[in-house]
Amino acid sequence: MLDRSSPNGPPLITLKGVGVRRGDRWLVRDVGFSVSPREIVTLIGPNGSGKSTTAKTATGVLKPTEGWVERRPGLRIGYVPQKLQVDWTLPLTVRRLMTLTGPLAESDLVAALEAAGIAHMAGAEVQHLSGGEFQRALLARAIARKPDLLVLDEPVQGVDFNGEIALYELIRKIRDETGCGILLISHDLHVVMAETDTVICLNGHVCCRGTPAAVSKSPEYSRLFGGRAAGALAFYNHQHDHTHLPDGRVLHADGQITDRCYPGDGHHPGHVHDDDCGCGEPRLHLMYKGRLQPEVPATGEGAADA
Amino acid sequence: MLDDFFFRAMLAGIGLAITTGPLGCFIIWRRMAYFGDTMAHSALLGIALSLLFSVNLMVSVFVVAAAISLLLIVLQKRGGLSADALLGILSHATLAIGLVIVAFMTWVRVDLMGFLFGDILAVSRQDVGIIWGGGVLVLAAVAALWRPLLASTVSAEIAEAEGMHPERAKLAFMLLMALVIAIAMKIVGILLITSLLVIPAAAARRFSRTPEMMAVLASLIGAAAVVGGLYGSLHYDTPSGPSIAVAALMMFLISLLPFGRGAGAEAAEREGRR
Repeated sequence: MLDRSSPNGPPLITLKGVGVRRGDRWLVRDVGFSVSPREIVTLIGPNGSGKSTTAKTATGVLKPTEGWVERRPGLRIGYVPQKLQVDWTLPLTVRRLMTLTGPLAESDLVAALEAAGIAHMAGAEVQHLSGGEFQRALLARAIARKPDLLVLDEPVQGVDFNGEIALYELIRKIRDETGCGILLISHDLHVVMAETDTVICLNGHVCCRGTPAAVSKSPEYSRLFGGRAAGALAFYNHQHDHTHLPDGRVLHADGQITDRCYPGDGHHPGHVHDDDCGCGEPRLHLMYKGRLQPEVPATGEGAADA
Repeated sequence: MLDDFFFRAMLAGIGLAITTGPLGCFIIWRRMAYFGDTMAHSALLGIALSLLFSVNLMVSVFVVAAAISLLLIVLQKRGGLSADALLGILSHATLAIGLVIVAFMTWVRVDLMGFLFGDILAVSRQDVGIIWGGGVLVLAAVAALWRPLLASTVSAEIAEAEGMHPERAKLAFMLLMALVIAIAMKIVGILLITSLLVIPAAAARRFSRTPEMMAVLASLIGAAAVVGGLYGSLHYDTPSGPSIAVAALMMFLISLLPFGRGAGAEAAEREGRR
């Protein structure tokens, strides 16, 4: 994770210092990350932290106010939006939904529906699908076009726990079979997909990033959620130590209010900082073979936070 | 046969209905019925300006309708008032300004009823040519833009993320709407354009399985409404434009009747073969 140059070739997409402003308010600022082939990057963060804004900037739906976005030339994106309501007046079967943005070979269409487990619903109108079925249909549509990068904005919302695990397993399978990079957005602050290579926590800026700790191997976790869940989900344990106020100022855990974040803000025990996480904080933990090592005493101010 | 005014009216009406079918589908899919109404109302301003500057009526109506739709896009981008409120302002502002301008021009006498409700029985051979020529042009453009238009109707975000240009498609759609309104104004009149756009498309929904099928069905239902309306107006001596709208409404009401799903599909097939 600390090695930013991926073994899978050059990144599909790279964001550098991206900021998006609406009116006089910054929705996100100074966001940077990249997604490489086969890599799964999960964006998490509280409501209004700029996850969807970041994803939309990555796909090109929004233009960044500052910073830049590099996409590999000819990059094919498959996108599953956060909210989609198809008006009843539009007759749209699952089969017709598949070819929404481009023609498909019949075999690809069927294969994608089968991969998503909704081949039997090809003829159904999308308005009649349940929440989980509709998410699967959207996912099938996105993968059928064989994208290099799959962008999934809260793909498990409105899906129950078992459905969530099944969807994550499906996403993993897609990654394994097609080798595409995946940018995943999750509303859940503490549980992410187990195969996630990098978790990025947003709070108007990159608050922190790291790998999900391998908590899924812990017996308590298995007992709680069952073995199947343990394979699909992992904990990303962290606490925010500051809140962004509506006026742009920052409320710190100790009650102080400052005009902006400072290096040293947003840090919390139990996760890893890497070199470019933008916080200017010395690393508090060292990664070793995907496991957290005992904390290395950090020097300076940062130690007080940890 | 073209010498017969009734036959010319029939030909012109059918040509128009075939053109408005697919556009009307987008109007209801995108929830733009009020937008279509606003553009139709702005036609009166177009008429007034055409009289004031002695320019061609269709050109003037097209330019004004296109300008109003562009103005709407700009105002929406600026934020503030909702699209709904903006439409309400533009719709009645253009109508009122048009009427005020006409009132100032004491030297011309304007048949307002003619413009508001159209006079399909008065179409000339040239009108029929313009309607069919313009109709073919509009339908060809809709066919070429079909995929981006439909994709951005379902989700502008998906379309944009996957390399399409929803804004461009929207702009093209608005210009096509302006063109159809310029063509249609003389036939069904300002107040009935929206009815020919919206009602056949709404009636087609029940019998359609795909968007493409709905577009074709809307055209056929619109054409059937023209035929029924014109014969009705001949038989009962009623005004032709409103009679067409009433015929379309009756077809919509029929589509609401609670016959079974199978029967609906059969009806759709019958419509498709006609």
